[in-house]
Amino acid sequence: MTGQILAVEILNWDWVGRNLDTVGGRLVEHIVLTLVPVALGFLFAFPLALAAIRWPRLYAPLLGFTGFLFTIPSLALFVLMIPFTGLSVTTAIVPLTLYTLLILVRNTVEGLNAVPRDVREAAEAMGYTPLRQLFRVELPLALPVIIAGLRIATVTTIGLVTITAVIGQGGLGFFFITGFTRSFPTALTVGLTLSVALAVIADLGLLGVQRVMTPWQREAA
Amino acid sequence: MEVLAGVVEWFADPANWSGTDGVPNRVFQHVWYSVVATVLALIIALPLGLTVGHTGRGGALAINLSNIGRSVPSFGIIILAFLLAGFGFTPALVALTALAIPPIVTNSYVGVRAVDPEVRDSAEGMGLTGWQVLRDVEVPVAMPLIMAGVRTSAVQVVSTATLAAFVGLGGLGRYIFDGLQTQNLPEVIAGAILVAGLAVLTELGLSRVQKTVVPKGLQASHQQTAVHAQVQSASG
Repeated sequence: MTGQILAVEILNWDWVGRNLDTVGGRLVEHIVLTLVPVALGFLFAFPLALAAIRWPRLYAPLLGFTGFLFTIPSLALFVLMIPFTGLSVTTAIVPLTLYTLLILVRNTVEGLNAVPRDVREAAEAMGYTPLRQLFRVELPLALPVIIAGLRIATVTTIGLVTITAVIGQGGLGFFFITGFTRSFPTALTVGLTLSVALAVIADLGLLGVQRVMTPWQREAA
Repeated sequence: MEVLAGVVEWFADPANWSGTDGVPNRVFQHVWYSVVATVLALIIALPLGLTVGHTGRGGALAINLSNIGRSVPSFGIIILAFLLAGFGFTPALVALTALAIPPIVTNSYVGVRAVDPEVRDSAEGMGLTGWQVLRDVEVPVAMPLIMAGVRTSAVQVVSTATLAAFVGLGGLGRYIFDGLQTQNLPEVIAGAILVAGLAVLTELGLSRVQKTVVPKGLQASHQQTAVHAQVQSASG
């Protein structure tokens, strides 16, 4: 019996059972708060990357600016949004989107720039229009590096989402706060476990997408 | 804008510049936590990454360490440290240090591994011992990447130290959490501005340091190498 005093209960299954709905709801919220910024980020990063390839002079300032954004602590950026958007979901989405830009722009540019010159020339000689060449030849070849960027951006975002709990959003981060305010380890265990699991699943899932979309690489390996 | 006026007023108020809760003390605390955590992380991570890079053994772990680190939410680790060890400087410091270790290990490993084998061979051919090869050839050549890792870690520590205020630590995060608690928006914004400034200064300061510790011959191409290595380490 004395052992019970020392053993801190890290996971109370009863609590989990009683709160399955809340846990599921927060998990869904976490996934939405990850998917929307990564998708929006890619939507912005892709044209920016193309511009940086077309006009190489833009690349350094673009990396500088997105790098500057990436340097700003997430909590600071979230609360700096409050005067503009209050404690709404936008206050979470905008900074999360901005944080993905550095990685997504960089990897898209590096991936496309690494396409061999003779491949480009062959496509041109075959009469590909620039747009068709981009989508049929260059993007498929750049895909592994672009998806590597998406993997980092996604996993990073999953971690950052938890911090938005401080401004009333947060997905699984909600359980971090519950764990703290009520000194209740179970909530923290649930939040931490699920958010790490989510990151691992997203990472492996994107790797799977890459494998499916680049069958020629599998054969080579 | 009303809030902006409030922020200006907050910075102009002499009461916010003295005592425990004054800006100088909060900046000092924040810098102190960050320096201690980053230095501790360096002491642990640098020998580890360099050894693995030099011997080539345990490379998969060194690469994956920063992937694992990325998937663990720092906010959760701070609260975990609190629940395990209670309120205080030491638990927070352990959490900050743990979070700063992976980028330094991975980058120093990748940096040493990326040294041209011919360069390493010729150093050995000249009769340098393993230790000398590491100290005089591998570390200087890997310096741009090592410093990139240190910068990543240091900026991350400054950022996460802000979150540590949530479990009662001092530093600039105090303004943000105290302000949120008392619904004092100007105080929240002032804290955010100070923390953002400190993070940017950390990055700029370490870029300066990098310029002095990276051998001259490697400086022109360092940006490019760092980008490539990061892209590679991500896909690994």
